Amino acid sequence: MIEVKGLKKHFGDLEVLKGIDEHIKKGEKVAIIGPSGSGKSTFLRCLNLLEVPTDGDIFIEGVCITDKETDVNKIREKMGMVFQQFNLFPHLNIIENITLAPIKVKKMPKPEAEKLARELLERVGLADKETAYPAQLSGGQQQRIAIARALAMKPDIMLFDEPTSALDPEMVGEVLAVMKDLADAGMTMVVVTHEMGFAREVASRVLFMDEGIVQEEGLPSEIFTNPKNERTKSFLSKVL
Amino acid sequence: MELIEKLNATFIVDGRWQWFLSGLGYTLLISFFAVLLGLAIGVVMALGRLSKSKILRTVSGIYIDIIRGTPTMVQLLIIYYIIFAQVPIAKWIVGVIAFGINSGAYIAEIVRGGILSVNIGQTEAGRSLGMTHAQTMRSIILPQAAKNILPALGNEFVVLIKETAVIGMVSNIDLVGAARKVQSLTYDFAVPLISVGVIYYVVIKIISIMLAKLEERMRKSDKR
Repeated sequence: MIEVKGLKKHFGDLEVLKGIDEHIKKGEKVAIIGPSGSGKSTFLRCLNLLEVPTDGDIFIEGVCITDKETDVNKIREKMGMVFQQFNLFPHLNIIENITLAPIKVKKMPKPEAEKLARELLERVGLADKETAYPAQLSGGQQQRIAIARALAMKPDIMLFDEPTSALDPEMVGEVLAVMKDLADAGMTMVVVTHEMGFAREVASRVLFMDEGIVQEEGLPSEIFTNPKNERTKSFLSKVL
Repeated sequence: MELIEKLNATFIVDGRWQWFLSGLGYTLLISFFAVLLGLAIGVVMALGRLSKSKILRTVSGIYIDIIRGTPTMVQLLIIYYIIFAQVPIAKWIVGVIAFGINSGAYIAEIVRGGILSVNIGQTEAGRSLGMTHAQTMRSIILPQAAKNILPALGNEFVVLIKETAVIGMVSNIDLVGAARKVQSLTYDFAVPLISVGVIYYVVIKIISIMLAKLEERMRKSDKR
């Protein structure tokens, strides 16, 4: 479903990704862990071209998205993204936040988009907030809305960029619960996270990144209980 | 007593106060529509400046540079005596066009600042949902930028009210024009000019207070 070949990314002289080859299959839940500055967010952002790779190819459902001819917007419709800072649209209320893209991009009739939005609000447990504005909600609520907003485009893949890192500790659980539901429903997910508990419990595979490459990968049980790479060991000893 | 006589000659005789009222009307009319025209030009030029296309960036850059680098009065004279020389068109409309083009360059920079002040995460959120650059601009960035720049736009309106006095170079329709019509009949310079100064001051004070109130209300709605 996602095929990455020789992915490199430079910011000026800084080499952030030094060659990544990865294959993510349909229905996989991949957790990407690693120290800050390891390139894991950059890797994730390359997958929907929020960062343009310096070198290498990325295929999404067989389509080469790094090809200049490819319509990036079409690819992005299939990939929802959830950001660390939520990035809800502050000038729109909750239901408008969710229906904006389906109406503008998919030309979905407004009543249909609103019906879909209400179902999604139900799913993330915020059915009573449809006329509220983002600033009136807590961080955890905003992030759940952001997930609903991404799901409204009916994506095949969901990308999460440290979705709980900006939250107060007591709100982390509610967001992770929504993500776990999504995982149980069979969504293909790539999650950059510092939540080792979540990675261990929900992920079907864990990638450990450091210094711009994937240092080690495997089942959560292998990585967390029996890491082989020295860097993985040292990282896990600090965070677990 | 001489002053009362002069005031009488300036405002009362022949209903001359109506000239000032009409002059003030034109001053506000020209300023208002010039800001609207300037806003339209400004948005286009700001988008040009921020565009990926080098041609668009250069074109809007040159426009802004030339307009800001030459006196408003020269621009007005060129537009009135050269560009619209053969065109039968109401003078106040020429004023709107000249001051709109002038103001467009300044508003372009205001709009550009407003767009840049919107968090990059907003663009990324829009694009990640599959929206095009244009859709993201229109539905997400510009509405937020508009709110940020409203105070600066109000200020530009106030600046234009004062600036439009230059239209006296080509016509007598505005507030200063009213003073000059009176001067030519009474040969008294002081009273009409000082009166006009006072009228400008009061009008601008009122508008400034209204703008400050509006800004305060917007800030409150932000807090929620």
